[in-house]
Amino acid sequence: MSQATLRVQKMSGHAGTVPGDDAQREFTVCKLIDTTTCIGCKACEVACMEWNDLPFGETVFDNTYQTMPETRWNYWNLILFNEHEKEDGSLMWLMRKNQCMHCAEPGCLAACPADGAIVQYTNGIVDFQQANCIGCGYCITGCPFDIPKMNPKTNRVFKCTLCADRVSEGLEPACIKSCPTGCLHFGSKEDMKDLAEKRAKQLRDDFNFPQAGVYDPAGVGGTGVVYVLHDATKPELYGGLPSNPSIPWSVRLWKGPLKWLGNVAMVGGLVGLFVHYLRFGPKSREDEDLHPGGESS
Amino acid sequence: MSHSDQMLPHGRILRYEFHERLTHWIAAGSYIYLMLTGLAFYSPWCFWIAAMLGGGQVSRMLHPWAGLIFTGAILKMFSMWSAQMRPTDADKAWWDSIGHYIRNEDDQMPAAGRYNAGQKLLFWGFIICGVLLLLSGAILWFPEYVPWNLRFLRYLAVLIHPSAALLTIGLFLIHIYMSVFAERGAFGSIIRGDVSMAFAKRYHPAWYEEITGQPAAPKK
Repeated sequence: MSQATLRVQKMSGHAGTVPGDDAQREFTVCKLIDTTTCIGCKACEVACMEWNDLPFGETVFDNTYQTMPETRWNYWNLILFNEHEKEDGSLMWLMRKNQCMHCAEPGCLAACPADGAIVQYTNGIVDFQQANCIGCGYCITGCPFDIPKMNPKTNRVFKCTLCADRVSEGLEPACIKSCPTGCLHFGSKEDMKDLAEKRAKQLRDDFNFPQAGVYDPAGVGGTGVVYVLHDATKPELYGGLPSNPSIPWSVRLWKGPLKWLGNVAMVGGLVGLFVHYLRFGPKSREDEDLHPGGESS
Repeated sequence: MSHSDQMLPHGRILRYEFHERLTHWIAAGSYIYLMLTGLAFYSPWCFWIAAMLGGGQVSRMLHPWAGLIFTGAILKMFSMWSAQMRPTDADKAWWDSIGHYIRNEDDQMPAAGRYNAGQKLLFWGFIICGVLLLLSGAILWFPEYVPWNLRFLRYLAVLIHPSAALLTIGLFLIHIYMSVFAERGAFGSIIRGDVSMAFAKRYHPAWYEEITGQPAAPKK
């Protein structure tokens, strides 16, 4: 893929500087998903499989529209259906296209120990480099959205790339291209936020959705995928979208203070033992070994 | 009770039988591999170790299996040594005199048995950390099979595994220092199995008395 437009600004498990850090970029890219105009047709799912050439897997039929419970290593884009009962007893479909959220501060990348296995390009796309992946699955633990999935055969983790290959060539992601209702949009984060807020205001003012709003959670630094929700106060209704996602506390503790404490303790321990030897030396000396009963090794 | 079967020619005493030595080196070999690959996963600055050992994928694949070998060796050690590692009143006195031990004033130390209190700490430290590493390691081996609503298990595992590993590295560094550098004769004993009379008297007087039936050298 084009390296010119895909400079890397963040890199997992990397010692030293990152090549594209501080590189100029006019804007970060963003996908806007308006759940209020999604009809659950799954064209985006098909387009994703087509473009990314993903092998087919068996679906699960449980008498609902839900073809499978969650995304898979070879199924990166899945609409989650929830037939929601409103307070007045009437029913309402809540449908959310689920995929990688492309966090500004990705938990997967923070947790990953493999050099360059997870990168974030200067346009904001978070991408897995399977050639560098060691299959430890730490990204699965780091992700607050349950997105990275392991291929059990190759032990490499896969997820939505936001069609980084298409975006680098100036094209929109495959899912965007396929959407028949126009509920999917793609552009700069700024433009998409603007459009999303306008749509949310329209829903509040003209469509009797007083809680309508935009989902762009601050806990992960904002996301490269933003949702318009009928009820932004209850994102959990949309297939368990977390209301306040963040990198898990234990991952932050492990990659932050614990690492520094461990480094200081290990280096300090080595230096301490060396200095002890300089000061006190061995407990017995070589010449004692020559005496009867002395250790001869 | 003296143990004449442990008295060897040329004034040597058998300290570690063959199966004890073998177990030790199975544990040591697997531990060193686990520590090196673990450090590679621990810090980007150590990831080159994984490259040296066949690459990140190979290290990730073999690390859990080495962990199982280490667990087996630890279990064997537990069955061999746990009775001798039970803390005693003498151990408390030993810790109270730790300053003398650090300053190599071994003649001022309370008489240690086959294992002194420091060695017992090493043993129990490795047993406890070994259990923690096994439990957290099992989760980290197959994180993708931990259901989303049990994800707190993964969150605990990523904290417990490196924490316990760091504790063992601390114990490991002191163990290497003591056995290779500080106590001449200790390293040979875990390879060939025997120590000199002087070694036994100096470092494990109570054990010396038990084996030989003779009092250790008078203390001043």
